[in-house]
Amino acid sequence: MVTDKMVDYPQFLNLMNKEWLVNHKVSEDKKLELRLGPPGEALDDNRNTTHGTKRAFQHTAETRTGEKEWPIDTTKNQCQKISCIEKIGDKVNLPPTPWSSGSTIYSAFSKDTKEEPQHSKASFFQSLPVSKKLAGMAEDFKQPCSPRMAVGEVQFADGKACCSLATADPDASTNITSNKRIEYSPVVGWPPIRSFRKNIASNSLSKPASESSNDKDTGGKPENPKTQLFVKINMEGIPIGRKVNLSAYNSYEELSLAIDDLFSGLLAAQRDPSATQNESKAKESAKAEAGPLAGSGEYTLIYEDNEGDRVLVGDVPWNMFVSTAKRLHVLKSSELSTLQICSNEKEKAPFDPAVHI
Amino acid sequence: MSEDDERQQYPPPDLEFASNKARNCNSTGSGSGHPEFQSTYPDQVLENVLENVLHFLTSRRDRNAASLVCKSWYRVEALTRSELFIGNCYAVSPGRATARFTRVKTLHLKGKPRFADFNLMPPDWGAHFNPWALAMAKAYPWLEKVHLKRMSVTDDDLATLAELFLGFKELVLVCCDGFGTSGLGIFVNKCRQLKVLDLIESEVSDDETDWISCFPEGESNLESLIFDCVECHINFEALERLVARSPSLKKFKLNRYVSIGQLYRLMVRAPQLTHLGTGSFSPSDIVGQGDQEPDYVAAFAACRSLVCLSGFREIIPDYLPAIYPVCANLTSLNFSYANITAEQLKPIISKCHKLQTFWVLDSICDEGLQAVAATCKDLRELRVFPVDPREDSDGPVSEVGLQAISEGCRKLQSILYFCQRMTNAAVIAMSKNCPDLVVFRLCIMGRHRADPVTGEPMDDGFGAIVMNCKKLTRLAVSGLLTDKAFGYIGRHGKLVRTLSVAFAGDSDMALKYVLEGCPQLQKLEIRDSPFGDAALRSGLHHYYNMRFLWMSSCRLTHHGCQEIARAMPRLVVEVIRSADEEEMDDVVGTLYMYRSLEGPRTDAPKFVTIL
Repeated sequence: MVTDKMVDYPQFLNLMNKEWLVNHKVSEDKKLELRLGPPGEALDDNRNTTHGTKRAFQHTAETRTGEKEWPIDTTKNQCQKISCIEKIGDKVNLPPTPWSSGSTIYSAFSKDTKEEPQHSKASFFQSLPVSKKLAGMAEDFKQPCSPRMAVGEVQFADGKACCSLATADPDASTNITSNKRIEYSPVVGWPPIRSFRKNIASNSLSKPASESSNDKDTGGKPENPKTQLFVKINMEGIPIGRKVNLSAYNSYEELSLAIDDLFSGLLAAQRDPSATQNESKAKESAKAEAGPLAGSGEYTLIYEDNEGDRVLVGDVPWNMFVSTAKRLHVLKSSELSTLQICSNEKEKAPFDPAVHI
Repeated sequence: MSEDDERQQYPPPDLEFASNKARNCNSTGSGSGHPEFQSTYPDQVLENVLENVLHFLTSRRDRNAASLVCKSWYRVEALTRSELFIGNCYAVSPGRATARFTRVKTLHLKGKPRFADFNLMPPDWGAHFNPWALAMAKAYPWLEKVHLKRMSVTDDDLATLAELFLGFKELVLVCCDGFGTSGLGIFVNKCRQLKVLDLIESEVSDDETDWISCFPEGESNLESLIFDCVECHINFEALERLVARSPSLKKFKLNRYVSIGQLYRLMVRAPQLTHLGTGSFSPSDIVGQGDQEPDYVAAFAACRSLVCLSGFREIIPDYLPAIYPVCANLTSLNFSYANITAEQLKPIISKCHKLQTFWVLDSICDEGLQAVAATCKDLRELRVFPVDPREDSDGPVSEVGLQAISEGCRKLQSILYFCQRMTNAAVIAMSKNCPDLVVFRLCIMGRHRADPVTGEPMDDGFGAIVMNCKKLTRLAVSGLLTDKAFGYIGRHGKLVRTLSVAFAGDSDMALKYVLEGCPQLQKLEIRDSPFGDAALRSGLHHYYNMRFLWMSSCRLTHHGCQEIARAMPRLVVEVIRSADEEEMDDVVGTLYMYRSLEGPRTDAPKFVTIL
């Protein structure tokens, strides 16, 4: 199961909400329009959901022109950016209290007119001409690797929950269900689950799965956890996650070489589908291209610790890392640098007031 | 496990004394000229009789009614109330409460509103237990029991409870914070008569104090020790010794730092347990490869009185069969931390014929819920929590599971159901199949999600619930909802006391319907819905009858809230600012208002403005 634990970080949720809460109306039926404006503003009654939707996209598109456009290709996953953004939140923006006004839909609208917080929300909608990109994305996700992906729903292939650009526009020629579900980035306090209930999936995953083949009765003994410390690892752009056994390594170098191995085949396969025929060849060529983590700087390794925080791998002593790491992520360094992260390995970027809660 | 249940009433004290007095009173009352020693004036007799009678009155609602009859009844009721319940700690001051009720032995106190649990309120908002602790110390030195919910309790407060109340017996903290293991250490050490220490869903900071070792030596009176929410290591040997010297221990819920091997050792010392929280339910890291696994089945089989099972915090499902021996007797099973599949659940649940309360994760899928429906015919309360609490994840449970439950568990009274998709048809079916529903909380995790089959809003489903479930007192709505749904609630939800609304409604009319239509409404919590000042005004006739109203991220303005504050002097109207809001903004981030006899509180932090 490949999932992204976005809701593990309630403190990040408020990062994104103000921008996303534009598209409320799922049913294109009619008058179910939310008044998309500050209180008291005279609203156009003809405004329907699609109009509102497009308006939002245009709006965000306008504000994004100054920023680097993230490449969209078949393997890229917008959620990855969100995970990068979360990382930003972790390092840069985290307020002393995770609380904020949360999904202030209406205040977001009132602020729209002031134009002030827009740049702050690292908008994933970027400069996308909506329908075209949607069509492109929808097709990309037609070949889902994850069996869990619902047919016809525009979701990210690896099931990561982020934003899909479903629109209520009937003209959008995509695989959107008639439900016209519009997804949102996470919002503070939603769904209403108390924080101690939130890490259940990661708790059970990082506990090693016991081999139950020999166990018939209650005395069944799982393998000694000490020798197996499997954590999930996801690489950006690759829908399927893998698992690494942290206790099999003694240093960061060993780990990064192992991760190299793990993903090089997959990466090469994605660059060139025909290369899957020759796995070993692909591996070689991938390695020759300076493996992802072995110092090339093209990718960066990040882990989630037992408190749910995202940390750059290498920041703490190896032993502490092994005991606290619950999940690993391999992210593209190029994207990390545009998102000002404070870390040891990157030059410290000034706090970008745009990226704020 | 009782998140919002009313707590048990306690039996009236000292029946013998009461009946003696009654006998004496009767004998004096019957004769006209007998100057018996205890009656100085005729009314005194009546008051004595009343006192004896009122001792038997336990329900606080009945007592409230009795106190309104006349001054004499008011006085006597105040004398005989031994259990004091205060639903909002700011509605009345400690001084006022202790002045009226002078013989209180049990205090129930609730602080923050529920939405504070979901990070919708900054920490340090208030609800401090300290002023209450100090007031009680003076007024009720004989205090025995304190139950707090969503209060801020400090280590000093715990020390106060233990040191200043010599007969203190019972402390229950639900969703509280502000204290740590050092406070716990002092508390358990000084509180020699302690019978009950229940820490439920509270945040306990790890001050690295070994609080388990702080229990005094010698036989302990402990009947209940619940610490499953305490996120720190505990001294197992000390715990084992404690259990060995607590013969009355019945309720015991361990935290996830207790391994299954350790659980075994504790269970064999306490076969009399009725409520058990199993801790991690997985082996510790230090298990050697060659170690003999203890006979877990036998340990569970020895606990013949076990009726409530929970824990399973880091479950290795292979160990589940160990609980087979107790399944047939279980009335309550909490798997809400156990990420298990339907296949793993079935052998367990098929044995749980007597189950009345079941909390579980949606990892069991609709199939698992069908298995529950097939066996648990006596089920009263079901809670289905999401493994993956995000809006856009796959939903392993859906309308299929809800339908199955409604068909199999006809006696259902309370349901909390998290899902990604739900149809009106399934909700309507539940409303018809389960007429005893008192609590219906459905959380469709994707906001504004319509019925996936019909494309319609969820209005009809919730409408059917309020129409058909005549006993409904608590409702939480979700999904795509128009004003129509609220029209239904206003028209039919006559007994609804608690209503939770999020991302719903089209206009002020929705809120109006509810405020004008639901006379029993006490707690209304709303977030991210398009209700403005006009809607707020429509509830003016009712706000004094409510415990509180919460509205966050709606369309309220300072001006509108100010109007309410002016119109209703006994209402405290708090505007809570978010971190990034400017003070000059007219838009209100969060409104929290409640009736109070005391006026604006003096301990409000900077981000709270009281209008």
